[in-house]
Amino acid sequence: MKTLAELLSEVPAFVGLTEGHRELIGGCGRNVILPRGDYVFREGDPANAFYAIRRGDVALELGAPATLVIETLHAGDVLGWSWLFPPYRVRYDARVTDDVHAIAFDGACLREKCDADHDLGYELMRRFAQIITARLQSTRLRLLDVYGPPAAVR
Amino acid sequence: MTITDIPERYRVSSTRRETEDTWTLELEPVATREVGFAPGQFTMLYAFGAGEVPISVSGDPGRHGTLVHTVRAVGATTRAVCAAAEGQELGVRGPFGRGWPVADAEGQDLVVVAGGVGLAPLRSVLYTALADRERYGRLVLLYGGRTPDQLLFRDELVEWSGRDDIEVSLIVDAADEDWHGRVGVVPALVERAGLAGGAVAMVCGPEVMMRYAVEALLDAGLAPDRVHLSMERNMKCAVGHCGHCQWGPSFVCRDGPVYSWSEAERWFGIREL
Repeated sequence: MKTLAELLSEVPAFVGLTEGHRELIGGCGRNVILPRGDYVFREGDPANAFYAIRRGDVALELGAPATLVIETLHAGDVLGWSWLFPPYRVRYDARVTDDVHAIAFDGACLREKCDADHDLGYELMRRFAQIITARLQSTRLRLLDVYGPPAAVR
Repeated sequence: MTITDIPERYRVSSTRRETEDTWTLELEPVATREVGFAPGQFTMLYAFGAGEVPISVSGDPGRHGTLVHTVRAVGATTRAVCAAAEGQELGVRGPFGRGWPVADAEGQDLVVVAGGVGLAPLRSVLYTALADRERYGRLVLLYGGRTPDQLLFRDELVEWSGRDDIEVSLIVDAADEDWHGRVGVVPALVERAGLAGGAVAMVCGPEVMMRYAVEALLDAGLAPDRVHLSMERNMKCAVGHCGHCQWGPSFVCRDGPVYSWSEAERWFGIREL
């Protein structure tokens, strides 16, 4: 059976971490199984955790007032970054759309370790910045509405 | 005048509404004339009294005797084409242009990457590959659209998704909770497809989508000369005479519309006037 530190090395966002850092991060993690239909978290909840999805699907949603799916996340994705930044509040609902197997990480535990070990903090910040950048890029592309009516028409 | 200057009369034999603003029309020649095309080629469709537009052929190259086009109604001419009823006549010039290098993909994995109505010129590729399935390695369709309702050919997408000889991944920009598929952008599908470097990719969609899809394909290890895309740039005469579609040193209507990325990269940043 693989340890959490070993499982972490299979998550794309955490490939290349030192063994020491994987052990530190893994010390704040636990395996979870979330059934379809469950909410991993709801908008406004305290952001206490993030998840490395190993299997299954999650939809990030917003009620406006009808439910809109903002993005879907799948195996290999990381769910949740609000745990890293004040005010540590979740911005969206995260609903399980296909049974999820994930590693759940305690955000408060990790923040303490990052404060104590700035190298770890830098590594995590750098990797979450890449995740956020990729999501921002995806959001910008969709804001362009490239499949909408073309500007120049015949 | 040459034969390519004169529209042939075709009769609309069937129409099908694909989405809110997109129709598929099946056309049969009024006069006896051989009807054939290569995947990726286009014709000039002439709605009498309205105008002429370049439209890719979206049908099955193996099915002779008809031309199938999928047209989005975005302007006066395309609205007139989409409004054509069964039995109505349209003019057709062509087919024209250089199509997809389907034969070059034989023996390789074939990846079809489409966005929005960009699936129309690629459907012919899928028909061709599925008809000779053993000639190819993996057959992968990565298709994105604005919303689930705006995906083309939904019956076929369902059918293909149920087959084990083609891998279909769909993604939309926006959806409600009734959509059980992915929400995001097409390049994310490319990143997850697990493509081998030897694969051949064919890409069609809005240029912004193609730009990022090509980037993801190259990041996946595909060589620039194995990534092909179909350009759409202001084609008017379709035979390289009028110059409206000049793109770098080429005319899209005559030398394209399909280019390899190694050909297109240098000119891709040129903005349409």
